[in-house]
Amino acid sequence: MQNNTDKTRNLALKNNNAGIVETHSHLRYPYRLNFYDKPPLEDITIEDFETTALDRLRVLAEIESCFARNRAFKEMQTVILDNVCNKYLELNRTSNTLKPLDEERRKDHIGHFVLRLAFCRSEDLRRRFVKAETTLFKLRFDVEDTTEKMKFLNSMNFDWVLASPEEVQEIVPSTSSEQPGRYYKVKWTRVPDLVEKRRVLMKGGMAYVPAAEQASIVFQEFQTHLEKALEATAKALPRLDEDTRLVPILDNLSKGFQAGVSSEWSGATEGPDGALRADMIDEMAYKHFPACMRNLHMCLRRDKHLKHFGRLQYGLFLKILGLSIDEALAFWRKAFSSIQDDKFNKEYRYNIRHTYGLEGKRANYAAKSCQQILMSDEPGPGDSHGCPYRHFSADNLQSALLTMYGEHGLTSADMPEIMNMVKAKHYHVACTRVFEITHARQGVKKGEGVGGGESVTHPNQYAQRSRDLEKKMEEGKEADGDVVMQG
Amino acid sequence: MLAFYRRLYPFKSIFAWLNHEHAPTKLFTHREFAFTLQGDVYLRYNSFANADELKKQVCALNPTRFEIGPVYSARPRDKKTVRPAAFSPQLRELVFDIDMTDYDSIRTCCSGADICRRCWTFIAAAVRVLDRALRDQFGYKHLLWVYSGRRGIHLWISDREALELTDDQRRALVGWLTIIQGGKEMHKKVNVRIGTMPLPPSIASAYKMLQPVFHDLILEDQDCFASEEGWQALLHLIPDKDIVKSLQELWEDNPDRSSEDKWQDLEDEIEKKRGKGLRRARQVILTAAKEDIILQYTYPRLDAEVSKHRNHLLKAPFCIHPKTGRVCVPVDPRTISKFDPAEVPTVSQLLNELDKLAPVQSGEGAEHHADWERTSLKPYVDMLDKHVMGLMEETRKVKQKMGTSTFCLLARGTLVY
Repeated sequence: MQNNTDKTRNLALKNNNAGIVETHSHLRYPYRLNFYDKPPLEDITIEDFETTALDRLRVLAEIESCFARNRAFKEMQTVILDNVCNKYLELNRTSNTLKPLDEERRKDHIGHFVLRLAFCRSEDLRRRFVKAETTLFKLRFDVEDTTEKMKFLNSMNFDWVLASPEEVQEIVPSTSSEQPGRYYKVKWTRVPDLVEKRRVLMKGGMAYVPAAEQASIVFQEFQTHLEKALEATAKALPRLDEDTRLVPILDNLSKGFQAGVSSEWSGATEGPDGALRADMIDEMAYKHFPACMRNLHMCLRRDKHLKHFGRLQYGLFLKILGLSIDEALAFWRKAFSSIQDDKFNKEYRYNIRHTYGLEGKRANYAAKSCQQILMSDEPGPGDSHGCPYRHFSADNLQSALLTMYGEHGLTSADMPEIMNMVKAKHYHVACTRVFEITHARQGVKKGEGVGGGESVTHPNQYAQRSRDLEKKMEEGKEADGDVVMQG
Repeated sequence: MLAFYRRLYPFKSIFAWLNHEHAPTKLFTHREFAFTLQGDVYLRYNSFANADELKKQVCALNPTRFEIGPVYSARPRDKKTVRPAAFSPQLRELVFDIDMTDYDSIRTCCSGADICRRCWTFIAAAVRVLDRALRDQFGYKHLLWVYSGRRGIHLWISDREALELTDDQRRALVGWLTIIQGGKEMHKKVNVRIGTMPLPPSIASAYKMLQPVFHDLILEDQDCFASEEGWQALLHLIPDKDIVKSLQELWEDNPDRSSEDKWQDLEDEIEKKRGKGLRRARQVILTAAKEDIILQYTYPRLDAEVSKHRNHLLKAPFCIHPKTGRVCVPVDPRTISKFDPAEVPTVSQLLNELDKLAPVQSGEGAEHHADWERTSLKPYVDMLDKHVMGLMEETRKVKQKMGTSTFCLLARGTLVY
């Protein structure tokens, strides 16, 4: 794997053919898809170094922001490819001979490698970079013509083996009347995502991937390849002797990326009336909590117990809500009322302190966002955590919502609308709609969401907005009160 | 407990099982052991150079139990002197934990910490399904099933490829094996089909094994649908309002119908509908619903967290379970249906047996290691030893191959590594 410093070595580019119509075979970059396996080997100006990277950075930051808003794949394609890329990182089809294809693809190529230098430095940056780049690749791959895709993949020389007809016959169930299609045979550890979703057949440690899933193998390869390349880059970086010219640019780029996604929910927010106390939680839950946390609170009160993931999800939420460690210990101690003091101290106290970063590696855990609650730590039988819009069956969800929010203005007439959103898997939209309905009395209108048309992406966001609305109403009332008294 | 550790615990076999060969390698020297002492004191990041050192420390501390963790990039006992970035898990057996409490919502004979020969059948079925899946589909050969001492069972897979799996790959593997998802509020917990397609082949083969289990265990022995709670739960899983209505009426009037009869009632209702002209699509849905019900009640319920992370600590085989006194012995998956938790040797039983034995010649330290041979523990240690022999044979073969290839390359005059 060649070191990225190679790109500053001398290999002069003969012609930068702007304006001359290129036929396909004369392009330096025959495809607009790129696996970024070969670094650029040419002289480039410092200006190019910086601008190609900055433009690409805008695209990657926008991708991260789409994830934070839980946007679907198709939506992302419109937002990223049509809107953002058209402005900053245009990449036209090879058939579109009027455009400066080589120039566009060169910019794409160089920008990627410059950003590698900027983001290889920490594990967090590497992870985010890989995720954003892999997503960009997936978006582009999806819209590419089939013939271009095939040509590109063939040029890559992946070592995929087609399973022999005998092998296929052995593993494909003979009940299906149609001819079994083509299957690629790879070691299962190369396609863990496909295995996890059961999109392959397995035998003797080999995964048999239907040809239709070929794209998934490509994406997995892209990701694995990029991860390895970044690690190699990180090791080579200290030897780069460019402190005056390039290092400041790289530092600037990585700072820009870090500022991208909000780290809002990693520090406790100040309660409007000062400290949040344990005995205030019951009322707060009733007035301000989203369905997930309300459910956890109700289960806690009912069972006087919560299993591990329930305690984790709820505990971190309360921490960010503003519950101090002492109040938290008091809260949980009273909640687990049927167990003895020494048992509580032995089995739960340590873990509560751990979630506040007071034990072990002292990590300050952020409260889980809606995305995290939906995707990780699936509840199993006996669990109460997760997102009710997703993890409850339809009738349980409806009765739960009416129980929790009936007195806030949610009626059965609202249910069909909510359930349609749930069926379409737009869980955050359903939750936002419930927020709008239950806060209509505070003047929230349909479409306003949790402020400015935003949908819920984090339980603490829901709770905070609800508290803010209540505070505004209180202040409004006080003002009126003063006037009355003065009058 | 001390006498157990001194005279009965098979340290050498455990060492060989973790190390895969006679001379200590990183597989043992860089392995974490965690000790739980009296008064729930917990000591982590212990590591040892060989079996004797491990035995010495265990006898010195007399823990109520000890756990085995991963092989780290440095010796765990040196953890404080190493940069945090340089201390991470490298290798670890692929492990699984099946706990009876995950079946509490469907077993009727016991609940909580209790277990008996009857509900053990759930675990026996789970073991058979998983053992087959892991061997056939993943190609793993070195599986060690170990009774957890009270109400569950652990699995340790020592194949080289399994040792090298990353956390992500473990998570994917668990995903492949997990079918039952959904918390307390989710009625239908099996959702593995795409639309109305048939079961994926891996699950279809598990289903074939579990069909008879459903009949014998769920319908007959456990009689899961006898209680109102039981048959209401069943009704929630039937996707046909008419059938649900008829069955609800029938069972409310005759609540004492056995589960077998109730299941037959369901079959009859479907048959009735078919007679009246059921669309092919609906028929497929109902058949699928029946299959999913069978799976929901019999398919293995794993504790996913145990398997997903390499740094998870799991109780060592042959420890004593503090609440039951039973030894965590290996179990043969081929005879698992005959396994009875109540017949597993307890520590007091074993120590009694030792007392009754004729005294050995004094002055020989070696006899302390082999005392288990003369007690009821012998067949279990033999099982472990047999398993270990397979591992060591594998290691020998790999070394031979590497040796030959180096030799060939040297002979040809080039050494390409």
